[in-house]
Amino acid sequence: MVAKVKKVGLPPLNVAESLYVTELVRGLITTNRHFWRNWFRRKDTATLEYPDKRRPYSARWRGLHRLMLRENGTPRCVACMMCSTHCPAGCITIVAREHPDPAIEKVPASFEIDLLKCIFCGFCEEACPCDAIRVDSGVHAPPVYGRDEAIIDLEDLLSRGSQSTAKQGGRNL
Amino acid sequence: MLELVLIAFAKCVFLFLAFLLGGAAILSWVERKMSAVIQDRIGPNRAAVFGFTAFGLFHPIADGIKMLFKEDFVPARADKILFFFAPVLSFVPPLLAFMAIPFGPPVAGREWLMVSDSQMGLLFLLAVASIGVYGHTLAGWSSDNKFSLMGALRTSSQLFSYEVGLTLSLLGVFMVYGTIMPQAIIGGQSELMWGWLPRWGIVTQPLGFILFMLASIAETKRAPFDLPEADSELVAGYSTEYSSMRFAMFFLSEFVGILLVSAFGAVLFLGGWNIPFLAGDAWWVVLLQVGAFLAKVGALVYLQMLVRWTVPRMRFDQVIDFGWKYLIPFGLLNLLATAVVLAVWR
Ligand code: SF4
Ligand code: SF4
Repeated sequence: MVAKVKKVGLPPLNVAESLYVTELVRGLITTNRHFWRNWFRRKDTATLEYPDKRRPYSARWRGLHRLMLRENGTPRCVACMMCSTHCPAGCITIVAREHPDPAIEKVPASFEIDLLKCIFCGFCEEACPCDAIRVDSGVHAPPVYGRDEAIIDLEDLLSRGSQSTAKQGGRNL
Repeated sequence: MLELVLIAFAKCVFLFLAFLLGGAAILSWVERKMSAVIQDRIGPNRAAVFGFTAFGLFHPIADGIKMLFKEDFVPARADKILFFFAPVLSFVPPLLAFMAIPFGPPVAGREWLMVSDSQMGLLFLLAVASIGVYGHTLAGWSSDNKFSLMGALRTSSQLFSYEVGLTLSLLGVFMVYGTIMPQAIIGGQSELMWGWLPRWGIVTQPLGFILFMLASIAETKRAPFDLPEADSELVAGYSTEYSSMRFAMFFLSEFVGILLVSAFGAVLFLGGWNIPFLAGDAWWVVLLQVGAFLAKVGALVYLQMLVRWTVPRMRFDQVIDFGWKYLIPFGLLNLLATAVVLAVWR
């Protein structure tokens, strides 16, 4: 398909414009106006002084992942590997271990997410059968000095966690 | 004799401190702040001393300290002697030229507010100020860098072209007031025409003023005539290879140059320290007059900055074209018209 090219011709200059001087004066008036408007009131200033003032994030903003907790404060995650299997970026690494409670099969021994690979799609949240992982903390991914620092671990994930009201399945629960 | 030398020395030191360490540094802040505000930004406001930012006025100090601690780099194949000498040569002349600028009226029969009211007057200023071009040219020549060399060539051809226009635009003023001594010119401008109009240079020589402003912007090598350092083409022109305080000297010489042409313009076209309808030698009158002079310099600096941040850079052939085909003919025309009017008037 050939893109349609719209040709925009330059309008011919009239006598005053081609003299250059009139346009120069007009330009000076414009910059002068901006100067005084911004000098006293910052009328046209678009700058947001970032670390001091922040723009509110959109309501759809997800932020960092977090792992939710049971009523007794232990992680809800059962290390089923659904999220890591489904993750399109392949950035979740889970090592499972036995849960002391025989009614719950497994619990993650380690749960790592590589934030440099993560695309914050939220598929892990969708895939999780027990509302254990959520991508809704609203915390911005922090700047880091090295690649390994961008990997967040179980402790970090749980620190943002809270109790979920969703009913979790399993025997004796 | 010794007394005279001491007084002159004190005046020089004061001038140096006030105009170099004060004026030029503040001007670097003014430039950054003004460009920011014109472009709807905020500009420097972060450097703080004990939590005070003072509108970013500490930035020049921070810049100076940073410059001092930067590596002083010299290209391996540079001409060492000229390379070291060039910044000084571009930096001292505009400072010297301030000697001929009167900051206020004579107090108690003596020129306390001017370094020397010599017979050479403003010719001295013109002569000294144009030495600065050697500094820039040598800087480009000695750095062994093609960008620097291009910048140097552009500097010399541009400054030589506009020197003519600048001088032509001033001749009219010299003719009208019949002198080249700055105090005498200001004295002439203090008179009133028809009893109400101050006989300022801008009134008697309006075309001369416009030509002077154009030529002086070209002389300070700033947009739209900033071809010698054209960042987008030549990296930084003649100062490409310079770093640390050596670069700062070029940087400051540019700002001292702006102050110089503004002060020069204020003396010649805006009546210097003269305030219309106010005369006398009470101390507060003198103070007001010095204030008026500084305000006029400030106004001209503002105009220069406004032009610099409004107009885009011209092409080099256009710059030279403009200098030779418009500025000089108009200067000559102005001279002719002045001569005719003066002949008829007398
Ligand atoms: S948000 Fe998407 S990319 Fe990130 S861990 Fe979850 S599934 Fe993977
Ligand atoms: S977070 Fe959810 S999906 Fe991922 S392993 Fe734990 S329980 Fe399974």
